[in-house]
Amino acid sequence: MEHANDITLTVNGTPVSRRVPARQHLVDFLREELGLTGSHIGCEHGVCGACTVRVNGEIVRGCLMLAVQANGCSVDTIEGLSDSKELAALQKSFHERNALQCGFCTPGMLMAAQDLVNQKSKATREEIRAHISGNYCRCTGYQAIVDAIEEVLNGQG
Amino acid sequence: MKAPSFAYSKPQSLAEAFELAEQPGAKVLAGGQSLIPSLNMRLSAPELLVDITGIGSLRGISVEQGVVRIGALTTHAQIERSPEIGRHAPLLAQAVPHIAHPAIRNRGTLGGSIALADPAAEYPACLVALGATIVVAGKDGERLVPAEDFFKGLFEVDLRPGELVMAAEFPALLKDERSVFLELARRHGDYAIIGLAAHKAAETRFVYLGAGATPVFARRASAASTLEDAVSVLDRDIDPPADLYNSSTTKRHLAKVLLARAWNTLTTSH
Repeated sequence: MEHANDITLTVNGTPVSRRVPARQHLVDFLREELGLTGSHIGCEHGVCGACTVRVNGEIVRGCLMLAVQANGCSVDTIEGLSDSKELAALQKSFHERNALQCGFCTPGMLMAAQDLVNQKSKATREEIRAHISGNYCRCTGYQAIVDAIEEVLNGQG
Repeated sequence: MKAPSFAYSKPQSLAEAFELAEQPGAKVLAGGQSLIPSLNMRLSAPELLVDITGIGSLRGISVEQGVVRIGALTTHAQIERSPEIGRHAPLLAQAVPHIAHPAIRNRGTLGGSIALADPAAEYPACLVALGATIVVAGKDGERLVPAEDFFKGLFEVDLRPGELVMAAEFPALLKDERSVFLELARRHGDYAIIGLAAHKAAETRFVYLGAGATPVFARRASAASTLEDAVSVLDRDIDPPADLYNSSTTKRHLAKVLLARAWNTLTTSH
């Protein structure tokens, strides 16, 4: 038997009410039910970081939270942060510094990077690496990603 | 890689939570950072998830009369950012950055970590080193369990059906007491190959993680008066099982490396 629960939450500033299967995780809900496919699904057990979204202002793994647990929460995805221009500086520096190749990890990487930008006005390369340590990129080798984040944080790179 | 079907309930009171948690097939959901991966991988198939995160009394950090109390639902990130923890429990402040990654630390909880008791987890070893008490409760009332007795075996703790972890309590750091937490992992945030929680108070405690089914209190090394003696008796204290990448011999060697580093930190004056 499929158990379901009613939830009401805010996604990228828009109120949403749905009936969701209890077992559906948040990123499946965002992608399948709301069509917000910018958050990617990589490993589905919390290792890769591709599904990183923001819940009540804090970054979380979208695959390690159930949609039903987001009841009453405010959720922000890559689409919301991109439209609001919050990510504009990072997007520009990722582009200029070639900080992506296939792009699969990029939405999650930007969410994690923006979280650091929001917390700190300056950060060392070590701190940047520690903050994105839960986001895997299999193309770039991270160097250009760290450069791009450093440019936004410290105005250099 | 999708979880099996289960029912979900979010009690708003402890009484309701105890009732639900006691039901056959029920599993308690706190931060979910270990439980949900195990559901996604179908390593676990509960009939009912009891989400206790609506119970506000299980949250928060307090320091009263020399005792630090951390509520079960306090997240790793809250412990990491807490000035009280930095001042009164530097061992935990040093341990938290080793727990996974920021996005996971935002949801994972102290209570979840100790109720699961992963042998590579940081808090269980820290709490044994600090001589902590685990506060557990069920509908029959509250029990206080010394951390040393709480961790009974591999993923096995002293919790009866329907009981929840309420909090962990331990003495606040006194002047002249020292703590150090060290961990070796292949990549930042990975599970520990081996780690060491060391606390020097009236007695000194060296407690290893990743060195057995539970936190391993190295009693002989802890009682030694010189580093040389401590290193030489450590082999009788620990018998770490090999993991996928590291032999038991490697772990023994690394345990000694950490012991020397911790010893030197604990005995160097400020």
